[in-house]
Amino acid sequence: MVWRVVVDMDLCESNAVCMAVLPEVFEVRDDDLLYVLNETPPDSDRAKAEEAVARCPKQAITIVEA
Amino acid sequence: MVGASLAGWNAATTLRREGFDGELTLVGAETEPPYDRPPLSKAFLATGEEAKVALGGVADSEALAITWRLGRRAVRLRLGDRVVDLDDGTEVAFDGLVLTGGAEVRTLPSLPVGNGVHVLRTVADARELRADLDRRNGPVLVVGAGFIGAEVAATCRQAGREVVLVEAAEVPLERAVGTEIGAVCASLHREHGVDVRLGTAVVGRDSSGAVRLDDGTTVDAAVVVVGVGVAPSTRWLEGSGLLLEDGVVCDATGLAAAGVVAAGDIARWPNELFFGDSMRVEHWDNAIDMGAFVARRLLAGTDWDPRAVFAPVPWFWSDQYDRKMQMAGRSTGFDRMEVAGGTLEERRFVALYRRQGRLIAAFGMNRPRHVVQCRSLIARRCPWEEARELAAAWT
Repeated sequence: MVWRVVVDMDLCESNAVCMAVLPEVFEVRDDDLLYVLNETPPDSDRAKAEEAVARCPKQAITIVEA
Repeated sequence: MVGASLAGWNAATTLRREGFDGELTLVGAETEPPYDRPPLSKAFLATGEEAKVALGGVADSEALAITWRLGRRAVRLRLGDRVVDLDDGTEVAFDGLVLTGGAEVRTLPSLPVGNGVHVLRTVADARELRADLDRRNGPVLVVGAGFIGAEVAATCRQAGREVVLVEAAEVPLERAVGTEIGAVCASLHREHGVDVRLGTAVVGRDSSGAVRLDDGTTVDAAVVVVGVGVAPSTRWLEGSGLLLEDGVVCDATGLAAAGVVAAGDIARWPNELFFGDSMRVEHWDNAIDMGAFVARRLLAGTDWDPRAVFAPVPWFWSDQYDRKMQMAGRSTGFDRMEVAGGTLEERRFVALYRRQGRLIAAFGMNRPRHVVQCRSLIARRCPWEEARELAAAWT
């Protein structure tokens, strides 16, 4: 099953919680903006990605099955 | 489960995810299913959009097969009988009990709620406050400059209201961030045109509605918001046999008694990462983390490895004006504070706190990336000097 990480940038407030959970995918840089480094992470990152979804204070992250 | 809160919701979803297929009853004092509280003092207060407080997954939770008992209060725990009595006279028998009932908002005897005086804890409180702000023009008085009071002040100020912010302490947030950073937080409000009165207490309210302060002045406020903190909702547990000390006292794994766990605002436990300090954490993030943890703890029962303790780095955020404040760790007992990654004057910095030669807390203003980095450092018990050296590169 292919899945993608999608961030709603209108909701994102760069709290950087996702970066703590899965830094290979989420990076908040010095401009205080979030960059998604890899929209299609490997399945081994799935549990961490789900944790990032749950821990986002703005509920800005979704996992889309594609 | 008693407490249809964020902690309760995360415990419930974790129980099911971990394969628990027994009956699951979730009792909640409010009539609403679990929702998201942080927007109540920010986006929801500003816009009134109900969607802002929706919690992902709650609306389509049929698959979790939860028996909801909303608008019902638990009134007694009979631990020996494994029964919880509810306020409608019914009882709920259990094999395992999850306590996630959170906390109740504190009020001031000098300012009874009603007739323009509000508290802000529940979505119902927030709806009433919003309606009153729409109805009554004129200045808003916020009593208490903790994070909720500060957010309400910022939200009202940004909506163009005149705001007076009264705080009994000489420095707000001192216990959380220390005097120096607390003073910066107070200045932020002044810079945005809030009339900040520190070291000032409320005496009472005149029949005209004006609020009398102990500096001899009065504030003729159209709307008053009292934000003086919360107290854990444990009254119904008195006499149950559970140990209560400003919360339900748990062991380091979140267990309060055999088959009974607690999580979120109501739970007190020794956090081994912070020198075994007894903690009760009122943060959003802790409700999620601890709710999930104690669900697994409950299911494991006596098979749980006692070395697997709940020892997180607490984390919270607060948005005020154009500043994002975040804190990782606990500054309790700190003996040194240093500023990195900017300056207090720029209102962009990270304050680092030291205790027993370790980095134990970091408070950031518009420094999300570095607060998160500090959180990892605190988790691995990073020595102070090493943390300072790393932070020196944050420009």
